[in-house]
Amino acid sequence: MLRLNDISKTFHPGTADAKLALDHLSLHVRPGDFISIIGANGAGKSTLFNAICGSFFTDTGTVYLDGKNITMMPEHKRAKVIGRLFQDPMRGSAPDMSIEENLALAAGNGGWLSHISAADKKAFRERLSLLGMGLEDRMKQPVGLLSGGQRQALTLLMATYHVPKVLLLDEHTAALDPGTAEKVLNLTRSIVEDNHITCLMITHNMQSALELGNRTLMMDRGRIIYDVTGEERSHLTIHDLTDKFRQASGRALDNDRMLLGVDAK
Amino acid sequence: MSLDKLLSLGQTALELGLVNALTVLALFLSYSMLNVCDLSTDGCFTLGAAVGAIVALSGHPWLSIPAAMLAGSLSGFVTAVLQTRMGVQSLLAGIVVNTGLYSVNMAITGNKAQLNMNKTATVFSLTKDALKNSPLGGQYKLIVLLVAVALVIVFLSFFLRTRLGLAIRATGSNADMVRSSSINPVFTTTVGLCISNAFTGLSGCLMAQQQKSFDINMGSGMVTVALASLLIGGVFLGRKGISLRAIGAVLGAFIFRLVYALALRLNMPAFMLKAVSSVIVVLAISGPYLKEQAVLLARRYKASKERGLA
Repeated sequence: MLRLNDISKTFHPGTADAKLALDHLSLHVRPGDFISIIGANGAGKSTLFNAICGSFFTDTGTVYLDGKNITMMPEHKRAKVIGRLFQDPMRGSAPDMSIEENLALAAGNGGWLSHISAADKKAFRERLSLLGMGLEDRMKQPVGLLSGGQRQALTLLMATYHVPKVLLLDEHTAALDPGTAEKVLNLTRSIVEDNHITCLMITHNMQSALELGNRTLMMDRGRIIYDVTGEERSHLTIHDLTDKFRQASGRALDNDRMLLGVDAK
Repeated sequence: MSLDKLLSLGQTALELGLVNALTVLALFLSYSMLNVCDLSTDGCFTLGAAVGAIVALSGHPWLSIPAAMLAGSLSGFVTAVLQTRMGVQSLLAGIVVNTGLYSVNMAITGNKAQLNMNKTATVFSLTKDALKNSPLGGQYKLIVLLVAVALVIVFLSFFLRTRLGLAIRATGSNADMVRSSSINPVFTTTVGLCISNAFTGLSGCLMAQQQKSFDINMGSGMVTVALASLLIGGVFLGRKGISLRAIGAVLGAFIFRLVYALALRLNMPAFMLKAVSSVIVVLAISGPYLKEQAVLLARRYKASKERGLA
């Protein structure tokens, strides 16, 4: 499905700020995988997503999607088959344009000079009603008027309008209040399950990292230091995860938000 | 001031406002939609005037319009390529093209800084002849300009609702989102700048033919004048739909010219035009910021007073 072979990325090479963000990382994502990714700040989680999306080209290594080498394919072309949500709900939609117009861009129906058709509107309305947020009655309103949760739900709809081969979720509920976050997460789960989308999700919440999906990756200093699935994963606790981190990285997991996740349990 | 004088003042403001409105509509596309401040506007305006004048002087007044628009969009294409494909910053790309256009314009006119079109057939003189026996004959200038502006507004209202138009609007609003919609923002920026500069070229072409003369400096300061008009228009119709916003841009151009004409009546010297437009742009852009600062300043003052009392 998605295969990363030995990819590396150094930011600001040759300067005092040089940072090896991805360190000869390899990963094979199987079709239908729902992978949760955890790791301290700066571990390279978002950089990994950037490499998959093509936000930059990696220094070394190759990226394959469905057997096709996409290492040097530009971002907007990969976007046809790779969907992505960011932590910031503002990043996925254009605030000055209406809900309908945003969806029209995501749908991409018709030629360059085609207008939004009645059939498009009907389809948008149906899709929006699935979100259960009443957005189907506000299609003419600018997206800038929506709440963060509504915008993130809309972005989710846009990113999955044409079912992507891979969906990347970069802490997409972290900026939302707990109630909204849960709602968006449930929406995500149902859309991903209904469409059998292969999915990678970065989270700082270790509990949901273990609850959601079928596989968990732990990252540190640009490498995957722990990759767990199946039987072993089903017995894991948060404390096992922090122990694993200490073993694999040789230091304690000292991230505030991750520790908060432990306390919450 | 007599009513007659006031009416003729209004008419002049309307005519000049409509010519400028075409440039304002160009900036509406590049500045408001694409979020690119296109500093090649001055040179492109003159380019349109030069090309239009030369083509009209060679005996093809109607051809002057598409020629000027094509020249304008070529200039826009160069600006776009510089900033999207060659790593030149957006503002600098405009400045560089603007500078280069001076030489291009001089080359087009055959190294003449001025051209006279007093006896040349222009789109205005042809319209005047055509309407000679109609009751509207006296308003031939207004008619040509109204038709041009109306066509541009109709085009923009249609175009900005197409998929390509939506993508151009989104590019200015959120380029990340354009990329995730599998559209290359380089493409949308290029198309947007080509179209907007075609309108700037048209604006210059009509200006030269209306005043029956070309001057190499006629575009200087145009970007600020147009921006001022655009921002004035935004005050009235800035929060409405696309068509109304475009009409607002035209309204802004007219109001700007009217205020300027009135100021001239009150003995403001003509050379103040550019200073006035600069001040308007600064006020319109920094107004909201200064308002915020004023609130902070008031709070700081209050806090310092309380400290003093304690």
